[in-house]
Amino acid sequence: MSTPSAGPRPSVFKRILPQLVILAVALALNVVVFPDFFHIDFRNGRLFGNLIDVLNRGAPVALLCIGMTLVIATKGIDLSVGAVMAIAGAVAASMVVEGHGWGTALLAAMAAGGLCGLWNGFLVAVLRIQPIVATLVLMVAGRGIAQLVTEGKILTFDNAGLIHLGAGTVAGVPTPILIWIALGALVTFVVRRTALGMLIEAIGINERSSRLAGINSRVLLVCVYLVSGLCAALAGVIVAADIKGADANNAGLWLELDAILAVVIGGNSLLGGRFSIVASLIGALIIQSVNSVILLSGLPPEFNLVIKALLILGILVIQSPRIGNYVYMLRASDIQPQPDRPKPIDHQEKEAAR
Amino acid sequence: MKDVPTPDRPVLHARGISKFFPGTIALDDVSVRLMPGEVHALLGENGAGKSTLIKCLTGAYRRDAGVMELDGQEVDPASTAESQRLGIGTVYQEVNLLPNLTVAENLFLGRQPTRGRFIARRRMNAMAREVLESYGLDIDPAEPLSGYSVAIQQVIAIARAVDMSGKVLILDEPTASLDHDEVQLLFRVIRQLKARGLAVVFITHFLDQVFDISDRATVLRNGQVVGECLLNEVTQHDVVTMMLGRQLEARVQNRDTGRAGKTLVEISDLGKRGMIDPFSLTIHEGEVVGLAGLLGSGRTETANLIFGVVPADQGKITLRGKAIDITNPRDAVAHRFALCPEDRKVDGIVGDLSVRDNIILALQARQGWMRPIPRAKVEEIAQSYVRALDIRLASLDMPIRLLSGGNQQKALLARWLATNPDFLILDEPTRGIDVGAHAEIIALIEQLRADGMALLVASSELEELVAYSTRVIVLRDRQQVRELTGDDISPATIIDVIATEEAAR
Ligand SMILES: Nc1ncnc2c1ncn2[C@@H]1O[C@H](COP(=O)(O)OP(=O)(O)OP(=O)(O)O)[C@@H](O)[C@H]1O
Ligand SMILES: [Mg+2]
Repeated sequence: MSTPSAGPRPSVFKRILPQLVILAVALALNVVVFPDFFHIDFRNGRLFGNLIDVLNRGAPVALLCIGMTLVIATKGIDLSVGAVMAIAGAVAASMVVEGHGWGTALLAAMAAGGLCGLWNGFLVAVLRIQPIVATLVLMVAGRGIAQLVTEGKILTFDNAGLIHLGAGTVAGVPTPILIWIALGALVTFVVRRTALGMLIEAIGINERSSRLAGINSRVLLVCVYLVSGLCAALAGVIVAADIKGADANNAGLWLELDAILAVVIGGNSLLGGRFSIVASLIGALIIQSVNSVILLSGLPPEFNLVIKALLILGILVIQSPRIGNYVYMLRASDIQPQPDRPKPIDHQEKEAAR
Repeated sequence: MKDVPTPDRPVLHARGISKFFPGTIALDDVSVRLMPGEVHALLGENGAGKSTLIKCLTGAYRRDAGVMELDGQEVDPASTAESQRLGIGTVYQEVNLLPNLTVAENLFLGRQPTRGRFIARRRMNAMAREVLESYGLDIDPAEPLSGYSVAIQQVIAIARAVDMSGKVLILDEPTASLDHDEVQLLFRVIRQLKARGLAVVFITHFLDQVFDISDRATVLRNGQVVGECLLNEVTQHDVVTMMLGRQLEARVQNRDTGRAGKTLVEISDLGKRGMIDPFSLTIHEGEVVGLAGLLGSGRTETANLIFGVVPADQGKITLRGKAIDITNPRDAVAHRFALCPEDRKVDGIVGDLSVRDNIILALQARQGWMRPIPRAKVEEIAQSYVRALDIRLASLDMPIRLLSGGNQQKALLARWLATNPDFLILDEPTRGIDVGAHAEIIALIEQLRADGMALLVASSELEELVAYSTRVIVLRDRQQVRELTGDDISPATIIDVIATEEAAR
């Protein structure tokens, strides 16, 4: 006979609060090692500053983690995104080198990324191969494919349109920043304004139950790997455009790990289920801020990886389930007790009064 | 109190146990005493706090207040492993065995027989076989657990707990998926333990079983103890009134089988090799077809085959005269079929999603992702079913896995009712549901039938099956053996049919 309150849904802000706090701390560390960190200049029609750099340099991982979040929400993982970046960069470069326009090159690169995504999706959803193994195939083979496309060279180009995607600006803001923010917003909008987000979460939590409820888990699985492939392709094009060349060996190297890390720092469980793309994007920014601290502090580069590992370890410990439980109890205050029952607090007082 | 052995000291005495969850007081100053050599029933409605009390006593949850004494010594188990070491064996409501391990490994996990530093696998399997045989189970202990039905898993969990309980054995709804013979077997084991001076806690919603095996009962309502009684001094009626806090009005049973409507679904020779023999079945609008039979007789398999959970390899289904193709549940849902599955944890709930999302899941899946159900509508649907089925929850936002077992079951019913199906298949719809809600669900099934829905209901509770079925099909050995209609529908005839078929084997 209890009628639950309609109440507001758990707010997005509360969900991303831990990530925002960590990001604030990471940015504050930047200020400590480099007081002028937040200083932004407007020169030659472009914004300059360390903060802009963080947003700009973080673009590839930010793009990757959009798709990766969806994949991980289904209990999967996509190890191939770094290699797919290399393929997409190689395809885009070879297209412009052959004299096609930048638009065609971009489309071809996206198509290549989409194909890679479909391949992964096929292995996972149709052949039922475990995602970590299925995507490992392309992670290994992908760089080989990229080398075949570039014929083993670093393929350089000077197509202004393509370069603009990685190094240009729109209204003073570097293009990559606009691209990842726009794509992040678009994907978030699509999954949350349709039922897609909930259905993806459902198959990640309990695929059997979801299938029995009539959800088309196979198509959804293929879709998330497709999105991941497309995100990776876009990231690959940006990276290639930025250096005006496609480097099959090094483009996107190890970035799959950063992308997974961004998703995890974003508080998304590797066991699948509830996800937040916004939180993952903040995770990507946190990683880039950490990179920036190390760079700005002027420590010898040998320390970089160790320091990064330590910082990230710290972040993960803060987010561990133990501490998470504590946060849950705090958050739980927005669920109201049933109306016909005394509040727990009265009771604790009674307990204390004994 | 003279008829019950009441030595001066309880084996386990818990006092003032309290447990708070966000928005819920699950336990409020609860005390229980377990005497040696007694079976103590713990009774209460869905969500009364029975499972939570068990979890607090066995270290699965930290209690927020209260003390606990075992043999007069204050104890405070911090984990389930510790409570096992103290001699408290427990079967939780949601059986927590490891599906990927073998049956024998599950039985002996953490205490495997060893030879030198290695596990003596052959000896372990032999020991397991012996243990299982004493429960009447003839299965291969070297097979992975996941290959066996819920009922068998339940027996294995019980066997494991019995083996580990030196002082106290706690069983949280152990009989929910067992049928009559297995229950009797379990009761024999319980009586042996009782004779050895163990205290047994028994939770169930079957009052017959309570009165059959238990000496004493503690009744919970809304997290508080409403009373303790000796069961030979009270009637079932008294106990129900204590549990519900009100009288349960007796329902007059009026079965009118006469007016089944048009033929809705016609199944001919549907079958799958190795799973179930081909069967034919015609179901009309406004009709409830009951499926009866022992465990493993093919009830669940029948339901799963019709719904496309497992695609059939022969036969066909027609809907309103037109042949339809059902190769997976999505096809079935598109044709307005619904199946509320037997195993709610594995096939039913999506644990981390909110109760609200769980309720609208099937409806949303049928509409497709492009057409999200508007929020206001979702809220309306969820609220209306929470009210109609009296689902006890703190908030629609809470993950469904935090609901009590019976309330999860109700939420799953709500999921399928929300799709407004033409053909509703229910596999053990009242599993884990309390007496009050039980009567309401039977009334609901009658109501749906009267409104013209076609229903196929599999249940091991014959009384219940008889109450709502207009036709009963008896299964044995994955075959339909008899169809009962009209006045033939009674628990006695069903048992009779099963027994004669057994004998004819
Ligand atoms: N971890 C949890 N977080 C929040 N609420 C919880 C949690 N566990 C249980 N509850 C709530 O505590 C109450 C008591 O639940 P409990 O599982 O003990 O009921 P029960 O008596 O075993 O019911 P049933 O007969 O349905 O199994 C319910 O309202 C339930 O929703
Ligand atoms: Mg329970």
